Amino acid sequence: MTELVEQFRMPSLGADMQAGRLVQWLKAPGDRLRRGDIIAEVDTDKGAIEIEVFTDGVLSEILVPEGERVPVGTALALIRREPAEGEAPPTPAAEAPSAAAPRQRVSPLARRLAAERGVDLARVKGTGPGGSISAADVEAAAGTAEDPAVRMRRAIGAAMARSKREIPHYYVSTAIDMGPAVEWLSERNRDRGPAERLLLGAVQLKAVALALREFPELNSWWVEGAAVAKPAIHVGMAIAMRQGGLVAPAVHDTDRRDLDELMRMVRDLVDRARRGALRSSELSDGTITVTSLGERGVDAVTGVIYPPQVALVGFGRVAQRPWVVDGRITPRPIVTATLSADHRASDGHRGGLFLARVEQLLQEPGKL
Amino acid sequence: MTTDATFSAAVSPAEGATAAHQIDLLRTMLLIRRFEEKAAELYSAGKIRGFLHLYIGEEAVATGVIQALTPEDAIVATYREHGQALARGVPAGAIMAEMYGRANGCSRGRGGSMHLFDVTRRFYGGYAIVGGGLPVAVGLALADRLRQRRRVTVCFFGDGAVAEGEFHESLNLAALWELPVLFVCENNLYAMGTALGRHQSQPDIARKAEPYGVTSASVDGMDVLAVESAARQAAESVRRESRPHLLEARTYRFRAHSMYDPDLYRTREEIERWKLRDPLILLRGRLESQGALPAERLAALEREVDTRVAAAVAEAEAGELEPVEGMLDDVHTPPAR
Amino acid sequence: MKTTYREAVRAALRDALETDPRVFLMGEDVGRYGGAYAVSHGLLEEFGPERVRDAPLSESTFVGAGIGAALGGMRPVVEVMTVNFSLLALDQIVNNAATLHHMSGGQLSVPLVIRMATGAGRQLAAQHSHSLECWYAHIPGIRVLAPATLEDARGMLPSALRLPDPVVIFEHASLYGMEGDLADDAGAVELDRAAVRREGRDLTCITYGGSLGKVLAAAAELAREDISAEVLDLRSLRPLDVATLVASVRRTRRALVVDEGWKTGGLAGEVSAVLMEQAFYDLDAPVARLCTAELPIPYAKQLEDAALPRVETIVAAARALLPAR
Repeated sequence: MTELVEQFRMPSLGADMQAGRLVQWLKAPGDRLRRGDIIAEVDTDKGAIEIEVFTDGVLSEILVPEGERVPVGTALALIRREPAEGEAPPTPAAEAPSAAAPRQRVSPLARRLAAERGVDLARVKGTGPGGSISAADVEAAAGTAEDPAVRMRRAIGAAMARSKREIPHYYVSTAIDMGPAVEWLSERNRDRGPAERLLLGAVQLKAVALALREFPELNSWWVEGAAVAKPAIHVGMAIAMRQGGLVAPAVHDTDRRDLDELMRMVRDLVDRARRGALRSSELSDGTITVTSLGERGVDAVTGVIYPPQVALVGFGRVAQRPWVVDGRITPRPIVTATLSADHRASDGHRGGLFLARVEQLLQEPGKL
Repeated sequence: MTTDATFSAAVSPAEGATAAHQIDLLRTMLLIRRFEEKAAELYSAGKIRGFLHLYIGEEAVATGVIQALTPEDAIVATYREHGQALARGVPAGAIMAEMYGRANGCSRGRGGSMHLFDVTRRFYGGYAIVGGGLPVAVGLALADRLRQRRRVTVCFFGDGAVAEGEFHESLNLAALWELPVLFVCENNLYAMGTALGRHQSQPDIARKAEPYGVTSASVDGMDVLAVESAARQAAESVRRESRPHLLEARTYRFRAHSMYDPDLYRTREEIERWKLRDPLILLRGRLESQGALPAERLAALEREVDTRVAAAVAEAEAGELEPVEGMLDDVHTPPAR
Repeated sequence: MKTTYREAVRAALRDALETDPRVFLMGEDVGRYGGAYAVSHGLLEEFGPERVRDAPLSESTFVGAGIGAALGGMRPVVEVMTVNFSLLALDQIVNNAATLHHMSGGQLSVPLVIRMATGAGRQLAAQHSHSLECWYAHIPGIRVLAPATLEDARGMLPSALRLPDPVVIFEHASLYGMEGDLADDAGAVELDRAAVRREGRDLTCITYGGSLGKVLAAAAELAREDISAEVLDLRSLRPLDVATLVASVRRTRRALVVDEGWKTGGLAGEVSAVLMEQAFYDLDAPVARLCTAELPIPYAKQLEDAALPRVETIVAAARALLPAR
């Protein structure tokens, strides 16, 4: 008989995520669940994230109470799947035991260390005998028990240090005439209010996404010593947080969205990122990252790749610069695009071609 | 019977005992009697606690046997050992203070009534596990043999102890290794409440020495002169031959086994009958019949003993309590010794 | 010098007999037979029947005689064939040897050494195989030693003979044939300290006597898994060297007690309780005990093996104390 009760587990929201704290359950036992429903909110090193279910069914039991920090993979809840054709309905005896969550076991040394370092044991996951919290667990958690900004800083530091340690970066840059795109945008936005306007960032995202279709080696993850091309293109968009730090949630299927849809998605992501309401898949699914610091007035951005991705595109500001068109110097809105790429997955030759393709796409914004 | 002819029958009283010596014996017995009467009173008053086993009625045994010992000889006794301690010369005040649990007690308040010790008098103590003192006495004698010292170790035990394996093992080992132990069985006819005939298939205790090749004798334990005489001969033989001997003293305790004993196992008549043979009365009668104990002499003796008992009580009352902080001091011998 | 545990004990006995005229041996079959485990073999011929005394099968009385002889100024060494037989002498040891110094208000001392074989592993079934060390370790007034090495087999006896109080020495019968090197000048050893027989970081395995070899073998196996086990040999079961015990566990944070006695009411529980009292806040896992299964030791080999702590069960118990890898 097919198992009809599924464990819903703490998702892995990024290669560096080890644990998450369950902030809030958004569904209660007995609630019907559809695939994609947001079931809970989880606090990670990178901020609060809404997590979704991938099963249709009924939430039968919550295993991890609010406030508890558990490692990735821990069963958070039991979901009773709706029986498919031919599947017997679950008998009561087949249901998972519904005992209250057992009292967490903490070694005396771990308890003492936690008191000394001000570590909330509810946030510590045990790896000792029988899942008990040991001193090493507290020591590991002590590093993450500070304020969220510090935690985020630490997480970014860990990811970036790993990137610079492991990834042989190469960089190629190209200056791109944004004249056609700027003109096209002003035409498009002429009759729109501020909230509906298309921004140059969305145009750049789309151009990068479309170019990636021809450069799968840049739309890849480096996993266990090999580049694995990702079947879909989910461009991660770096968003600076007000309290410091950044997140790069993915715009799912970036290459298949039209510009208006893309713009809505970007606005929504920025809004939710700043509210701490990103979804788990958005944080973990990015296949490349685009970062744009034009608004900060920089000319060019040479970024650090976010593992396991293998490429990052940085855009500087769009500025009027002398540009030679048809043998004459003329002022044009120019942006510098820089590709940071993992040399293990691609070479500068291909990186150059990729940037050229991005440039080409940006010359015909109407086709994006 | 293979027992030595000299000791095969009850030994007759020492004919040559002088009046002065007999008065000394009477003084010792009287001291034991008055001391214990006082102890019973103090027990009832709550001054003495624990178990208190009185020797009253049996005074002639300890008094007579210990007459036969030199200061170098050793004594191992039982939990009913006030008489042995007093007869050996352990100061009455130190014994009373021990029963009070005081620092000036002969065991510094660690032993109480059942565990009196005085190593300077080679009084190796009261053993309160029936039969438990016999192997120790055998060992003391073994040490003397190995060190080639011509000493006797006297081991007192009751009729109850002859049912213990250690009695038989000890007689066997002492005979086998030719050790100078004088085993003295104080047969008061009751192992606590069980009459001899109810716990021994062979109630003639002296005969129990026979299979071990140990000489033995029985003596009237109410007649101190008879006990002394028998003990002197026995001790002399033990010392001379370096071989054990068993002396059975037939006696009777006039009081219950311990203070908390309703004495349901004996008849009033039996007790009264034995009291007619009170060892003090027997000796006093003999002295009086010899004209050696005028009434005023007896009265003086009584006063002297009363004074000693009163002094002992005063000494105990004045004794300090051992400090609780020193409680653990006597668990192990200090390294400096 | 190559020697065995048996020869090391014999050398200690011979040395004591030679150097101290107060010393004599007493026990069942120590003389003509040469000792049930051949420990005293040859000593009767060397020292004569006065000093090497074959005793009748009267455990209570020859042990009690040892007490009396000690009171009388001698330094007796009494051999009881096995710990199971010693129960017949328990009265003398517990009620007399252990109490006389105290009960006499410090007047008497009993400088008596009692040696006995202990332990299982030789298919001797339920009346010759038990490990009752903890019964004796329970008693104030006696010292209890468990030599587990050649040095201690050679050195504990002379040190015990220097003590003014009764000492019970447990020799695990499986050790008598143990061979090894012993320094030519080996002699008395100190008795107060537990010994770290192997240093480690991840846990402390606490044991004594016949289990030491198994625990060392287990530690070697654990090292191959990158688990660093410290091995602590208690040596003295009474008094316990609490300071060394606690210091080791404070360092390693985890403790496994391996004891051939039974678990219920046993020494392993005592060690565990000491750690609870004095190292609780340094523990990173519950103290674990590995003891003999709760049954009389069976005869059949596979049953006896299954009942006793073994290298593989020690390894498993140690592993279970450490975080999952």
